Amino acid sequence: MIVAEGLGQTYMSLGRPLRVLTDINLTVAAHGFVAVVGPSGSGKTTLLGLLAGLDRPSDGRVLLDGQDLNPLNEDQRAQIRAEKVGFVFQNFQLIPTLTALENVLVPVELLRATGNSVVSGTEDRGQDLLGRVGLGDRMHHYPAQLSGGEQQRVALARAFANRPKILFADEPTGNLDADTGHTVVELLVQLNREERTTMVLVTHDTELASHAHDIVRLAGGRTVSDNTPSAV
Amino acid sequence: MKLPFVLAMGWRESRASRRRLGLYMGSISLGVAALVSINSFRANVAEAIRAESRSLMGADLEIRSTRPFPPLTDSLIDSLEAAGTPVSYVTNFAAMALAPRSDLTRLVNVRAVSVGFPYYGTIETDPVGQWGRLHTGRVALVDPAVLIQLEVDVGDTLSIGNATFAIDGVISNVPGDIGFVTAIGGRVYIPAAYLNETGLLGFGSTTTYRAFLKLERTESAQQFVETYEDTLRSERVRLETATERERDFTLSLDTMSRFLGLVGLVALLLGGVGVASAVHVFVRGKLQTVAILRCLGATQATTFTMYLSQAALLGVVGAALGVALGLVVQANLPRVLRDFLPVGVPVFIEWPAVLAGLAIGVWVSLIFALLPLLEVRNVSPLQALRREVEGTRSKGVLRFAAPAGIVLTMLALSLWQGPNALLGAAFAAALGVTTLFLWLSAWLVIRLARRFLPRRARYVLRQGIANLFRPHNQTVAVTLAVGFGVFLISVVYVVQRNVLRQIAMDDTPDRPNLVMFDIQRDQHDSVEAMIVSAGLPVLGSTPIVPARISHVNDRRVAELLTDSVRPRIPRWVLQREYRNTYRDTLVESEELVAGEWWVERRDAAEPVTRPLAAGSPSLPRISVERDLADNLRVGVGDRITWSFQGIEIETEIASLRSVDWARLDLNFFVIFEPGSLDDAPQTFVIVTRVAGARASAEFQRDLVKAHPNVAAIDLAVVQESIDSILSSVAFAVRFMALFSIVSGVIVLLGTIATSRFQRVRESVLLKTLGARKRQIRDILLTEYTALGLLAGLIGVGLGAAASWLFVRFALQLDFQPPALALLAMWIGTAAMTATIGFSGSRDVFRKPPLMVIREMED
Repeated sequence: MIVAEGLGQTYMSLGRPLRVLTDINLTVAAHGFVAVVGPSGSGKTTLLGLLAGLDRPSDGRVLLDGQDLNPLNEDQRAQIRAEKVGFVFQNFQLIPTLTALENVLVPVELLRATGNSVVSGTEDRGQDLLGRVGLGDRMHHYPAQLSGGEQQRVALARAFANRPKILFADEPTGNLDADTGHTVVELLVQLNREERTTMVLVTHDTELASHAHDIVRLAGGRTVSDNTPSAV
Repeated sequence: MKLPFVLAMGWRESRASRRRLGLYMGSISLGVAALVSINSFRANVAEAIRAESRSLMGADLEIRSTRPFPPLTDSLIDSLEAAGTPVSYVTNFAAMALAPRSDLTRLVNVRAVSVGFPYYGTIETDPVGQWGRLHTGRVALVDPAVLIQLEVDVGDTLSIGNATFAIDGVISNVPGDIGFVTAIGGRVYIPAAYLNETGLLGFGSTTTYRAFLKLERTESAQQFVETYEDTLRSERVRLETATERERDFTLSLDTMSRFLGLVGLVALLLGGVGVASAVHVFVRGKLQTVAILRCLGATQATTFTMYLSQAALLGVVGAALGVALGLVVQANLPRVLRDFLPVGVPVFIEWPAVLAGLAIGVWVSLIFALLPLLEVRNVSPLQALRREVEGTRSKGVLRFAAPAGIVLTMLALSLWQGPNALLGAAFAAALGVTTLFLWLSAWLVIRLARRFLPRRARYVLRQGIANLFRPHNQTVAVTLAVGFGVFLISVVYVVQRNVLRQIAMDDTPDRPNLVMFDIQRDQHDSVEAMIVSAGLPVLGSTPIVPARISHVNDRRVAELLTDSVRPRIPRWVLQREYRNTYRDTLVESEELVAGEWWVERRDAAEPVTRPLAAGSPSLPRISVERDLADNLRVGVGDRITWSFQGIEIETEIASLRSVDWARLDLNFFVIFEPGSLDDAPQTFVIVTRVAGARASAEFQRDLVKAHPNVAAIDLAVVQESIDSILSSVAFAVRFMALFSIVSGVIVLLGTIATSRFQRVRESVLLKTLGARKRQIRDILLTEYTALGLLAGLIGVGLGAAASWLFVRFALQLDFQPPALALLAMWIGTAAMTATIGFSGSRDVFRKPPLMVIREMED
């Protein structure tokens, strides 16, 4: 489902090239669940960004669901995301001016707006998802009226709204206390199983990583251990 | 991409900022209101003039001459009258009116009308219907001002020359007369039957003879002009049809409205700046949302359109409100501009102006929003993961198209609104230069403040000044908004002050303030004796010798007029009646620029005549005003032949002079060598100085009683009338400038509102760290005072510079900046900015931190 070949990324920082990732090779099978772990600054988030097509790699390439991302432009990559990808962020990233339900429905509406009508029953889908994350009674609240844990649950519902094939999660518990984080993880794992999504999770939380089928360890922008048994 | 989602998303996205954006909408509204009102008014005026076309003149055709109708003209009018064409006559002249009851006199504008006039329209009187009774006896209808000036009432009598009239009523409206006609002398209508009784139509009086014709069909007026124009022109008689007069009025009012429209454009530009500034701040707050949307798969176009649709919505609502406000203003414009209007202007909705206003409002909102919105396209989806990621610079053509669009929009609007292409382009250029200067100054201040921040100053002062250059500073927006308003106000004020100063009465004791004219040669000594016996000084006695040009260097005027080979000499220059004089000295307002003056004072007492120019020893010499000489294409040594009541005298140009016409002095185009005109028919102007209005009134009364044909005018009255005309103009301009000023205040308020969020956060943080209310207040005061001082200084400075350009080069007058007033304007601006800025941010330091944080979250 996800293939990274010889992936490398170099940023220009204060006029000097700064190598962030070097020669990452990675394969995630359909319905697989990979956790990317490593200390701060090891390149986890950069890798996630590249895999999701948020940026272009300096070297190598990424195939998402068989599609090479390199030849695609920004908007074409956005289209792939709209159709196939869901996101969960560390700092929730809800749109403050939209209600919980509206936030959940954004990916669905974006997909419909691009002329893709495979998704149906949007409103119900949103309500269903919010119900499943336990927020059936907070659907019309604005993000500011929700606690951190509740916001992240809305973000989870949003991540699954367009029935993505692939879900990327960036430190989903990073801004939450232990108990709340635990609840969110449970929900994430449960939804992932129910929706049969391929998931890539970036974290330094080993407990969270333990839910994954495979773990990729990064240090200094390189893979240090990779127990990816080329899972099919 | 489907539009409805984008629109819905745009609508939802505006939730938190609607109130703030609404404020900016107001500035677009004001600009639209200014344009809609002035353009609707313009159409209303054109329609009103068209509807009352014939009553503007009161007839279909007017024949006009400055002397009694010459033989050809006279016989032409006679034959028309004999053939059944209704003809009526109006004779206009200035004369002194004496009110026996109050014993006061005043210069008035006498109009002796014959039966029948006007054929179209009505001259309204109070009591109603008195116009119809004008020809029933020795009665007069006068302007209300005449009653006040002479302290008389309806029913009292009025002496004009040797005739006496009973005041039968006052005139309330004369179609075709604009408010200014009564500025120097009020109108007095008398029946033509008693004109000769006044005995005032002697030589030298400035009289206009008019015949008004009513024709079968309006079109015959044009035919008449085509048939007889040449004949009448040869007798220096002028013809005008009602259609021509309508066109003249329409044109001049159209020009005036367009000028005012240009002033209104500034409000629209400020509205645009407001929108750009609001959208800029708005977008900054939305970058994260954009990144999330991009992460979730929204395309650049989707996010961009989402926010553009918000700007469009802003524009639609703003423009609609502007149209509504514009209609209210339009209804009041006839009152604001009443002194300029020859007819009553009915108010009706002018749909093309309304639609144009709507379209312009939406377009300006969009084009100004475009520039800051482009930032939306540069947002990388990576920014959702990590904030510090820099957006990429989009290479799109829009980056250049957006600023170019703004420039082209303003240029197109200026050209569309301007009286002509040149003025429109000039206005656009002025707008551009002013904006550029304001922007540059703001930029410079930001740089300087950063560079020369007083690091040892008190903390609050440092903090306040640092706010000028910090990220998200409001320096540019406030400078533009406040600077433009101050600029407009100061230009209007400084120009008006300078013009008024030039004509201001010189109060030194030897300056004349009473001018007596039309003094006949046989009255001269008697008038001088009266002045002396009243204990007044004779400050000057100037002969006036009317003459026309008959030849220039042996070529007849008629020949020159038809000459199509050489550059044309303007008709008025060749055909006008010149009021020449003769004297042996130059006066203060003149300067010799070429040739030699005929008399040089070697000793105090003894004038010595210089040798005559070689070649033409016998010709009398003249001195010609420089611009007139240019027009006539003559110079020193050329010859001009003059006709004095039919007697021709050839003269040679001995010198050229420049004349400062702006001085309220007796100035002349042509001055003759003394001795050459002793025998020509002439009248005299004598000037004196009378201290006090009462003494002046008494002297004028005695003078009129002794010499009814001599007219006297108090220069203070002239000055007052010029003052009142200028005030009317300035009022109209200020009225339109008001839109820009309110617009500027809105932009100022909006800027404060948009930066409030950041300020609150900073202040709360400062408070949390132990800052006292007072300190936070002082920081804010410092910042806004600095901004106000800066914007005010730039606005006033640019205003003074623009006024200097205008006064010096367009009006060709001396320029003197009213320093104290400018200083007051500057301080006032700073105080106003500080007050508005301060009160707009009151919450920041008044409320407890927690409350403010909670409000921000809502």
